[in-house]
Amino acid sequence: MLDRPAIVEPLDDDKIPATFTGNRGLDQEEPLIFEIGRLDATGVDIGAPAPVETRLGALERNAPIGLPGLTEPETMRHYVRLSRKNYSIDAGLYPLGSCTMKHNPRSNEKIARYEGFADIHPLQPQSTAQGALELMQTLADWLMKLTNMQAVALSPKAGAHGELCGMMAIKSAIAAKGEGTTRNVVLIPQSAHGTNPATAALLGFSVRVVPAAPDGTVRAQAVKDALDDDVAAIMLTNPNTCGLFEREIVDIADAIHAAGGYFYCDGANFNAIAGVLRPGDFGIDAMHINLHKTFSTPHGGGGPGAGPVVLSERLAPFAPVPFIRRKGDSLQLVEDAEGAQSFGRLTAFHGQMGMFVRALAYMLAHGGDGVAQASKDAVLAANYVRASLRDVMTQPFGDRICMHEVLFDDGWLRGTGVTTLDFAKAMIDEGYHPMTIYFPLVVHGAMLIEPTESESKASLDLFIATLRDLAQSAKAGDMTRFAQAPRLAPRRRVDEALAARKPVLRWEEKTAAI
Amino acid sequence: MRYQPLSEADRSAMLATIGVPAIEALYADAPTETLLETPLDLPSGKSELDVERFFSRLAARNLPASHAAFFVGAGAYKHHIPASVDHLIQRSEFLTSYTPYQPEISQGTLQYLFEFQTQVALLTGMDVANASMYDGSTATAEAVLMAHRLTKRRKALLSGGLHPHYAEVVRTVSRLAEDDVETMAPDVRAVEDLISRIDDTLSCVVVQTPDVFGNLRDLTKIAEACHRNGALLIAAFTEAVSLGLLKSPGAMGADIVVGEGQSIGNSLNFGGPYVGLFATRHEFLRQMPGRLAGESVDADGRRSYVLTLSTREQHIRRDKATSNICTNSGLCALAFTIHLTLLGEAGLTRLARVNHANAVLLAKMLAEAPRVEVLNETFFNEFTLRVDGDAAELVENMATRGVLAGVPVSRLFPGAGLDDRLIVASTEVNTDEDRAAFVAALKESL
Repeated sequence: MLDRPAIVEPLDDDKIPATFTGNRGLDQEEPLIFEIGRLDATGVDIGAPAPVETRLGALERNAPIGLPGLTEPETMRHYVRLSRKNYSIDAGLYPLGSCTMKHNPRSNEKIARYEGFADIHPLQPQSTAQGALELMQTLADWLMKLTNMQAVALSPKAGAHGELCGMMAIKSAIAAKGEGTTRNVVLIPQSAHGTNPATAALLGFSVRVVPAAPDGTVRAQAVKDALDDDVAAIMLTNPNTCGLFEREIVDIADAIHAAGGYFYCDGANFNAIAGVLRPGDFGIDAMHINLHKTFSTPHGGGGPGAGPVVLSERLAPFAPVPFIRRKGDSLQLVEDAEGAQSFGRLTAFHGQMGMFVRALAYMLAHGGDGVAQASKDAVLAANYVRASLRDVMTQPFGDRICMHEVLFDDGWLRGTGVTTLDFAKAMIDEGYHPMTIYFPLVVHGAMLIEPTESESKASLDLFIATLRDLAQSAKAGDMTRFAQAPRLAPRRRVDEALAARKPVLRWEEKTAAI
Repeated sequence: MRYQPLSEADRSAMLATIGVPAIEALYADAPTETLLETPLDLPSGKSELDVERFFSRLAARNLPASHAAFFVGAGAYKHHIPASVDHLIQRSEFLTSYTPYQPEISQGTLQYLFEFQTQVALLTGMDVANASMYDGSTATAEAVLMAHRLTKRRKALLSGGLHPHYAEVVRTVSRLAEDDVETMAPDVRAVEDLISRIDDTLSCVVVQTPDVFGNLRDLTKIAEACHRNGALLIAAFTEAVSLGLLKSPGAMGADIVVGEGQSIGNSLNFGGPYVGLFATRHEFLRQMPGRLAGESVDADGRRSYVLTLSTREQHIRRDKATSNICTNSGLCALAFTIHLTLLGEAGLTRLARVNHANAVLLAKMLAEAPRVEVLNETFFNEFTLRVDGDAAELVENMATRGVLAGVPVSRLFPGAGLDDRLIVASTEVNTDEDRAAFVAALKESL
């Protein structure tokens, strides 16, 4: 373990100097564009329109919109200042469990901006976009090989959209067997992502909760006990949201299949096993893959993501349009599946091409062995954090091997007056983004840490030393580090209750006074 | 491997701390029969140079818009994007951050989302907007589901001018969610009679303007008919730049406005990622899907922004949530809001005028060309042609002459008997030379 790297004088709030501007050195306040922009200002010079007789009928706008403009230098400054109020993976370890904040290679950004990818239209003739179709097919091939599955639907726009896609395929398959009216229950473990029950409910399924065993995983027997002729599918995350591998997954697959149902695997955590284990070997029928997690397309402040879905042979016929078919020497995008069993269309065009480019670039850079090494390093890093903190923090299911993320609860904080939230906010003062907190819901005061394979050992060691130091303070009753935290961030704690009670969701003249 | 900082010595030391002999031991929970005995049949890793070579070869097999006289639209549009937009969205703090769960260190993202929401509300003429959706088509499907929740009815009526892919997305979700949906026949000339079809069994009517054929539609009377029958009017658009010149859907009585924001700040990208816009009236706020940034104060009383009203969302409400959506289209929304800030009202209005003028110029030239007819009475930057012959073949022929002429209606509405129709878009990127090239290639190809 490292010692504290540098002792910083304890901060006395009274000593923070008041400033005329409200700025604190590099931490600069920035007004809204509505407060600094002007209706007649613009940062884009556009030539005069040709004089023509308009063809707008009576629908031309006759009142101002109220949109402020800024010149280019003002625009640069506004957004650069805003950007500096954000934490980012490029600036520090970002251990958000279940989110996978790993390194985003800039080569991938460069490639995605090649004119041949960024500047092609989804509806231009397919003969002028064969390279794009080849790219999509290559990505699909990689995904099928990595998962040992028989088909891929590329068009889902994010993980939750992928879940919708997979469950739509399952619902269609059940309807095709004439069981559409009877099989209307989906089994979901308590620890699942909220998107799983929300997806099932959207499609008219009712949710039956499967309990977890004391070790945090689902027993095949518990699934068997919940199975009957009404069950359409099980939605199971593996590795699960507690960071644990579902040991009985093969038996669970056999049980659901024997009962006539399908196995939807939430692939959010595929990054723990990619290149090491193939979900198709577990017996699953469908799984989405979050390209923005496992294959490192940037999270972008909350999207865009991409959620291709791999499908088993049984579900492949129901895949959505469009899909790619080889026809002689060329590739063809099938956009209309008239007469086939496809369940239809999920989105206007062909999916997140910009994300496909980046994900495939990540795969090619790593190679098959590199992808496996990335998974192994992610698992190694999480277990290293676990082994280095297990004597000061408590784990809900005992000290056992985890996958790419390690889950602690707040048992070790009991009686200290410090909550999981306080602990997370104190990490901000130490220069870290907190881990995922209060998820999964089944664990009290959950703290889910996912370090990823992108961290050096030195980075992990400093992170561990910091958490140990904070843990000691908490146990010693040093509330000053927690109750007021964060004190050193661009903002102190934000009043979330006020925001929900009196929603102010847009700027209006009067809100400027707050 | 250049992205992996751990050395073999690091790995050994870490394994020793964990107390296992090898990384493979960490996979002990996996069923033995699933452990791979041989490595997967996949290529080895490549250098950055070799990866870039691979993709350069693929990219060279596509014809980019900037290398052609380009007139393709029908849901995605080629516009010039200022260099500062792409620079700013690649700032580490925007590109490599995640959902602003910790507002104290995410004010940058939260403030631009608040500004984005305000801009979208102003543009659409609505009270509130969310922090964006996947794209225009999925936003439309979500709007229909929202209307069902609000009206407690489960039947939607879709205009024949709605982009057919949007209509298909709505139909797919509706069929599998066991809701009803009725779609009008393709309405090339905006003559359908929606009003007589509106009754008190409908939850909503979805109308696009400018529609997929380019026609402008006055929504006022349709809105009145909807409201008389307790139904909601959902207005859709695929070309956000049009809002710089046209009456807003809100001003014409729409209850929910959805659209594609790609054409402001975002590249064509072969169809994605794009950014769905979603706005509605105050009274419907609690049933709106998607993320929302709201204003609040911090412990020192300073104005701050935070994600809010999350009790509508899946991570809290699970199977009772308004939607299963867990993300927005953050970086694309950022590109949209930066570009719109650069434009401002003055720039957007001028950009819209140039788009319209360029389309009018092209329409005039085509009106004088043989064997084609412009079908639209009104349009913004896109209109539909009737050509003597098969439009899909025409487009292929013109492509060999360096002109990407538009979208054949048969690609959007296969089997509808509209094989001789072509949807043509013209934006500020088109020059006199492009228009001349269009007419010349048309004459040679027809």
